[in-house]
Amino acid sequence: MTSSTRNRVGRNRVGTPPAVRVWERSLLLHGRVWKSSLLGSFLQPLLYLAGMGLGVGALVDATTGSPELLGGVSYLAFIAPALLVAAAMMVCAQDSLWPMLDGFIWSEAYKGMAATPLTPGQVSDGIALWHATRAVVTAGGFAIVLVLFDDTRTWGLLAAVPVGVATGLAFALPITAWAATRDGDRSFPAILRFGIIPTFLFAGVFFPIEQLPAAIQPIAMVTPLWHGVELARGAVLGTLSAPAASLHSAVLVAYVFAGAVLCRRAFGRRLGS
Amino acid sequence: MAAAPLITARGLVKRFGDFAAVAGIDVEVESGESFGFLGPNGAGKSSTMRMIGCVSPPTSGELRIFGLDPVTDGREIRARLGVVPQQDQLDAELTVEENLVVYGRYFDIPRAECRRRAAELLDFVQLTDRAGSKVDPLSGGMKRRVTIARSLINEPSLLLLDEPTTGLDPQARHVLWDRLYRLKQRGVTLVLTTHYMDEAEQLCDRLVVMDGGRIVAEGSPRSLIQQHSTREVLELRYAPGTNEERAHAIADIGDRQEVLPDRVLVYTHDGEAALHEVHERDAAPISSLVRRSSLEDVFLRLTGRTLVD
Repeated sequence: MTSSTRNRVGRNRVGTPPAVRVWERSLLLHGRVWKSSLLGSFLQPLLYLAGMGLGVGALVDATTGSPELLGGVSYLAFIAPALLVAAAMMVCAQDSLWPMLDGFIWSEAYKGMAATPLTPGQVSDGIALWHATRAVVTAGGFAIVLVLFDDTRTWGLLAAVPVGVATGLAFALPITAWAATRDGDRSFPAILRFGIIPTFLFAGVFFPIEQLPAAIQPIAMVTPLWHGVELARGAVLGTLSAPAASLHSAVLVAYVFAGAVLCRRAFGRRLGS
Repeated sequence: MAAAPLITARGLVKRFGDFAAVAGIDVEVESGESFGFLGPNGAGKSSTMRMIGCVSPPTSGELRIFGLDPVTDGREIRARLGVVPQQDQLDAELTVEENLVVYGRYFDIPRAECRRRAAELLDFVQLTDRAGSKVDPLSGGMKRRVTIARSLINEPSLLLLDEPTTGLDPQARHVLWDRLYRLKQRGVTLVLTTHYMDEAEQLCDRLVVMDGGRIVAEGSPRSLIQQHSTREVLELRYAPGTNEERAHAIADIGDRQEVLPDRVLVYTHDGEAALHEVHERDAAPISSLVRRSSLEDVFLRLTGRTLVD
């Protein structure tokens, strides 16, 4: 209220980017539970890999014809990179539903942000940045666990992490944009049950999509998860061709870009009308 | 140089589809004054506040805040505003201090400076001892004070308060009014909405009465009462269902009367004398009360309805 305090802030100070200032709130809120969250980042992969990779894997690998179908690798090696990407999808999808609605209708935190110099688009960008952070931690934790296994200890893991992040965002941003138009959470369980879970089961994580009926294969191929799975698996197992890599990357980038546009538009309508 | 008004609105309209929430209002708020929008729910107060807060573009009409246009200079205006929304919008899981710091960061105020200001502001709202506790268990009045402290983190010269004491108990309201009064003394311009006439009388130098998206009266609380009501009001309670009949019998007492479902109001310059007359007519009520006219009476006169249904 006095000019002296105002000067202390300094007019020519290089500020923090707006999206980062929005992101800081999420970080602080998440900071309350970061220990359990970090533990989950390592524990969940270990459980999945032990149960599916080693348990189911022992049966699969003993079956005649499996090695040919899986491209000559163990079942563990086949599903591990895919699970990394799927884990990022799961975390991002969940984060994009109830926590977003909280910002709009329960705590109204996003409305609070819109009353400050932040624009709705900047709020949207900050939330996208947070989704990306969650995806980095999830995919990164998974990658660290995969270093423990001989079959998956390759440099390709370094590429699998950004693929996981892109896949996570390809789900997070459109779902966040949807959540930003909602006044209640009635549709959310259906999104998980009929969208995310079937995608997890049928988009090439647990078996090659060639195993699916021909009519269903194109549906699996439309999902961002399949493109992420193909990229991460190819990178970790060293089986990726340049054209395939370009195609899958382009699809993921397109999903992320379109999602960001949808998100910004949805936030603009919700917070500025 | 004469100071320009802080807020100027000319023919301001806000439509949602076919519905005009604000149907063309003219308002001017001077620097340093305390200005109120009084009206029932749905009168268009909050829509007006959202336009002034630059989070909702006007449908038509002219609006200037600090001489700037909200449509083109929204960010600059918001940087200089303090906003106390109807809902507290606090992060229940964060501490009181963290809530202030996080909010200060939205204005790009450095974290250390946010902490320094937070300490000062928590002292101002008398919550220093709660700085480290989570928001969740605080009482409604305390949360409101945290929200007020938070709205001051950018050192605004104009503070917008939307229903600042709705839902609070009388004691908490008085604590809040006291803090707001101090802010006013420090030169902060207050603009508030309320449907409580006592709040408007306590806090506002000047106010407009809104109804159905329009302004139906404007002035200081005192001048509005003088203009639209009598000095005193005699309130009479009769047995349920007999108000109309009783009112008819005493229709010529006082300047004017209003028959409400639960009581009859007699507007007069001398309430005691009117009551005496009522008794002489053998129209003695079950209970009676003589009081000063309030903004509630002004509203009743202007719209034919009570403020709080």
